[in-house]
Amino acid sequence: MASASSSTKTFTFGEGGAAFAFVVLAFLSIVIAAKAYTSAYAFHAYLFAAASVAAVFAIFERYVDRPAEVPLTIDGKPNYNMGPVKFATIASVFWGIAGFTVGLWAALELAFPVLNLDLPWTTFGRIRPLHTSAVIFAFGGNVLLATSFYVVQRTCRARLAGELAPWFVVLGYNFFIVIAGTGYLFGINQAKEYAEPEWYADLWLTVVWVAYLLVYLGTVARRTEPHIYVANWFYLAFILTIAVLHVGNNAAIPVSLFSPKSYIVWSGVQDAMVQWWYGHNAVGFFLTAGFLGVMYYFIPKRAERPIYSYRLSVIHFWSLIFLYIWAGPHHLHYTALPDWAQTLGMTFSVILWMPSWGGMINGLMTLSGAWDKLRTDPVLRMMVVSVAFYGMATFEGPLMSIKSVNSLSHYTDWTIGHVHSGALGWVAFVSFGAIYCLVPWLWNRERLYSLKLVNWHFWISTIGIVVYISSMWVSGILQGLMWRAYTNLGFLEYSFVETVEAMHPFYVIRAIGGALFLAGALLMVWNIWKTIAGDVAAAKALDPAPALAPGE
Amino acid sequence: MSLQSDLEKNSIRLVFGVLVVIAIGGLVEITPLFYLNSTIEKVDGVRPYTPLELAGRNIYVREGCFNCHSQMIRTLRDEVERYGHYSLAAESMYDHPFQWGSKRTGPDLARIGGRYSDDWHREHLQSPKSVVPTTIMPAYPWLAKTELDYAHIADDLRVQATLGVPYTAEMIASAVDDLKTQATADAPDADALAKRYPKAQSRDYDGNRDMISEADALIAYLQQLGTQVDFKLYDDKANVR
Repeated sequence: MASASSSTKTFTFGEGGAAFAFVVLAFLSIVIAAKAYTSAYAFHAYLFAAASVAAVFAIFERYVDRPAEVPLTIDGKPNYNMGPVKFATIASVFWGIAGFTVGLWAALELAFPVLNLDLPWTTFGRIRPLHTSAVIFAFGGNVLLATSFYVVQRTCRARLAGELAPWFVVLGYNFFIVIAGTGYLFGINQAKEYAEPEWYADLWLTVVWVAYLLVYLGTVARRTEPHIYVANWFYLAFILTIAVLHVGNNAAIPVSLFSPKSYIVWSGVQDAMVQWWYGHNAVGFFLTAGFLGVMYYFIPKRAERPIYSYRLSVIHFWSLIFLYIWAGPHHLHYTALPDWAQTLGMTFSVILWMPSWGGMINGLMTLSGAWDKLRTDPVLRMMVVSVAFYGMATFEGPLMSIKSVNSLSHYTDWTIGHVHSGALGWVAFVSFGAIYCLVPWLWNRERLYSLKLVNWHFWISTIGIVVYISSMWVSGILQGLMWRAYTNLGFLEYSFVETVEAMHPFYVIRAIGGALFLAGALLMVWNIWKTIAGDVAAAKALDPAPALAPGE
Repeated sequence: MSLQSDLEKNSIRLVFGVLVVIAIGGLVEITPLFYLNSTIEKVDGVRPYTPLELAGRNIYVREGCFNCHSQMIRTLRDEVERYGHYSLAAESMYDHPFQWGSKRTGPDLARIGGRYSDDWHREHLQSPKSVVPTTIMPAYPWLAKTELDYAHIADDLRVQATLGVPYTAEMIASAVDDLKTQATADAPDADALAKRYPKAQSRDYDGNRDMISEADALIAYLQQLGTQVDFKLYDDKANVR
């Protein structure tokens, strides 16, 4: 065991190198800010400069405050590094509320266009990428950072590798979010869906992501248990594949160091294929593999049961990551993408149904012998329902990838409904479950402030999801049918704008569903706030177990 | 299961295992698109964007128009009747990035060029409801008021040339002049521009002679969409894939 008093404190190579790199970045940013072609880009350069200066100060301040050596174990127990995990947990809740709110606003803009306000920053075209990035990358990404750093430490019984590096990953990632989000509002957008940030933000994310991979692998290498736990396979596949996809899809040449504008290396049909290779696997690896890592740790832990089948998890893992990569072309049916690629994409998308349901079964059956807990534990119920939504969305996906179905559903709101049954039902619910587990564990609270509030959150948000996806099913199928409707004289029956008018009631209903979902999430914020504040006594009074059976 | 037991005990082997497994699908689906000659049809007429059209396309990208408008007419009867000939891969071969889109909250724009007058587009961007009363499209009133920033447009052409778009040294050298020419009514150099960029039309797109606005560029871009290939001469049997 290292003892703080016996060794002398030195400035490590990592601290020196990082401080130097941030000084260089600060100077570079100031030069760019001075010569930037646009004021929005100059603003971003100043943000980079300010963050770099802050990072240098933080490194020196930390050096003054820290012991000579941070012990890896204390009294034989791992000295877990939970600071970055706590930060990412709070960040995920913050970005979640921000992302849901912007989503609600975007939904209301479609129902009531006056809300676009005739201003550049508030038009739907700029708000929509803000919403998708905020919920996928800011909310979902911080959940993945928090849970992966938590799970890898607990399952490897080892402290996170590096001292500065985990903080760099968490803070650097959130800085990327700020650059990306403000960029959209100012009109910095490279027009690749779910990869809208421009070249300099992409470069920054690449550096952060490599650090993430190294911290993760470094921690796995510290394990004493010979086997790597299944959740870590999924997290590792997520980190690796996102790195490959991000670099491949965003390959671009900037117009100048002083311009935010770049041109993507790929063009036309090849760019379309690369984009949906990326786009569908942002779903497959960011929103699926990563969150399956969450499922494989938090559901067994909360249910206090082992995973249903080790063998199934092995098959699930390899078949899922192999098959997902092929599914991209189903976004391009009947387009100018060659037919052979469309057929391959459809075939593998249909096959993908099997490993997806294998994973669902593995998650659900983990509750064998513990099904009664669904009556008493709304946190577990939330996670189990998330797995059920996962099963539903991964059945609907292969269905929609079939060319004849896709000819109707593509370009309509059906796709939007499908995405939200996965994003709200699966990703957000399993995230909420994990956050409800993590907060008492991280802040050493006996329990949550109120399970009753969790129960309200569960029901309000579930109703919100059902309202949302049903309205989008109806509007999507209606719109698809109207586009292809013919009169008995053989003319197209509806002009395009008539199909737009027909969507209005469903856009209003969708917004109501979104508002319910947001309301549920706000209850979570209150609950977590009170839990961290230490209001446990009140929680006990509020939680007589028999009162919790509203599912009856 | 012995291979699995090996992989799950060694993180570096697991990393390489994952990389091999995820590489296969992407390699099989993407790489042939770069060398199979049938991927992009042989067709006359597709040319690089003029500097003004490219500047307009960058505004289209900046405003996120792709969020609601596709530029890809599928090979389906109703789409061909509604929007025109189905889109060819060749028509977007110089598009960095592609703008096929994924959602039609508004109509497809792949062949919007020449369908409406410049005046219609100007009114429509200023206030969509003034020409389509039940539309839900946002208004873009700032485009006509904002001067187009084209000081560095030659750099944009140069970067595209390095990516394979056939911009010649002459095109790059005259980029700024070409841009001004195309945004001006009765410009003396209009013929030279049309020689470099066949079918390029020079006129005052936004109707405001005092400045070259962002609306000039965006309307110029919209007005050429889908017009480069002459489908009266196009033989689709020659390009069966």
